[in-house]
Amino acid sequence: MAMKGYKLPGEVPWNDLELGAIVTEPGSSVFKKTGDWRTERPVVDRAKCIKCGLCWLHCPDAAVTPLDNGYFEPDLFHCKGCGICAAICPKAAITMNEEVEK
Amino acid sequence: MSKRVVLEASHAVAEAVKMADVDLIAAYPITPQTHIPERLAEMVAEGDLDAAYVPVESEHSAMSAVLGAAAVGARSFTTTAGQGLELMHEALYIASSHRYPIVMAVCNRTLSAPINIWCDHSDVMACRDVGWIQVFCQNNQEAFDMTLWAFRVAEDPKVMFPTMVHLDGFILSHVTEPLVLPDPKDAAAFIPRYDYRLALRPETPTSHGCFGPPDIYFEVKYAQELALRESRSVIDQGWKELGEAFGRHYQAVETYKAEGATTLLVTMGSLGETAKMVVDAKRAKGEAVGHLNLRLWRPFPFADFRKAVKGVKTLVVVDRCLSFGGPGGPLVSELKSALFDLDDRPKVVSFVAGVGGREVDDAAFEYMIDRGQELAKTGTDCLYEPLQIRGLATGTGVRG
Repeated sequence: MAMKGYKLPGEVPWNDLELGAIVTEPGSSVFKKTGDWRTERPVVDRAKCIKCGLCWLHCPDAAVTPLDNGYFEPDLFHCKGCGICAAICPKAAITMNEEVEK
Repeated sequence: MSKRVVLEASHAVAEAVKMADVDLIAAYPITPQTHIPERLAEMVAEGDLDAAYVPVESEHSAMSAVLGAAAVGARSFTTTAGQGLELMHEALYIASSHRYPIVMAVCNRTLSAPINIWCDHSDVMACRDVGWIQVFCQNNQEAFDMTLWAFRVAEDPKVMFPTMVHLDGFILSHVTEPLVLPDPKDAAAFIPRYDYRLALRPETPTSHGCFGPPDIYFEVKYAQELALRESRSVIDQGWKELGEAFGRHYQAVETYKAEGATTLLVTMGSLGETAKMVVDAKRAKGEAVGHLNLRLWRPFPFADFRKAVKGVKTLVVVDRCLSFGGPGGPLVSELKSALFDLDDRPKVVSFVAGVGGREVDDAAFEYMIDRGQELAKTGTDCLYEPLQIRGLATGTGVRG
């Protein structure tokens, strides 16, 4: 993911930082990948999903995206793999699968 | 018109804050700082100062409240002492990291236990590395001047760092002395209002206190470290302007009767007043003794200090605080590291005195000068000598 004119933190040299590292671009955290320290990834079984949206409501990191077709999809760019969605799912439609290095 | 008044240092600080026309004061009363917030609360209640006064429930909240005020660009002030400063500790880093120009007066008090409300520099030294500009005062006039100056420096666009003004608890905070207050108009001209361009405003949104993972944290800290060091030019400029406006001149390192001196007595804070008196007496007896007052504690004035002690044979350093298990006192440790790389450096003799409000009188200074010169000659395997410990033979040092 990228945004026009926006530099990710890891790309900014020290003398280009804003005073006090204050961020002047609202919503810029959308472009910062924070899903790379996950050890388990949520996988949704749509055959079991009843589109109740509890996973979306309970995700502490707003990393569940509601889709137009009514289903919900984990946003793996930001998901930390905490497993709350899997624990809260009333139909056990979400399983946490270990991330394997490729 | 400036006027000569008689005020205790706490009220002198309050007068400076009033002349700075602050927007917000958040403070929690703690001995020996109490008279500062008390006086400011009166000023606000009586309508003499148009500011919000937030009577917070703790020092941690006091610092948090001024952080919030500074984030919207309000001129903010707080004040504390001893335990209160320690309770603020983690929030002090937020202020310097965010580059909020908060001004805080600290009435230096030791730390418990045992419970002790009196002066030493334990509270300051525990906050040595928090990234604030820090200055010390020797008397009430300086307490007023440094407080006013702190706003001038902290808010300078080239600085934008919070600033601590240290005044010794009780010894200054509760002592009444004559001092000169400037015309409030001149004071206002000395510290023009500033416009914080990154203030939290709905029309130009900014995020303060964001996430800083390993790929950016060190860059942020390096920028902060360099900026604090570079604030020196404005620190000096502020004192120059203060001198021009009010006729009182200050420097990062100040010497007294140092010309031709082979021994310099080094102190920080109110100890300097008695020390200078003893230097006068020593000079009258023909001894080549002078005094060095370290006014600026952070950023540490390395070059000024080295220049001031050039050619001096012995430095007698008085720490008003212990560094448990360390080099004796934080001040001497700093001075020694400033001198270490020099080929021709003075011998440094270290004393710890005035801890927990113990009086350091003229006889004590005379002893330290004489004993210091003796130790410089004979050499010692001790780190420092604690002064006047009951049950300990005079001249007993502490070994590392």
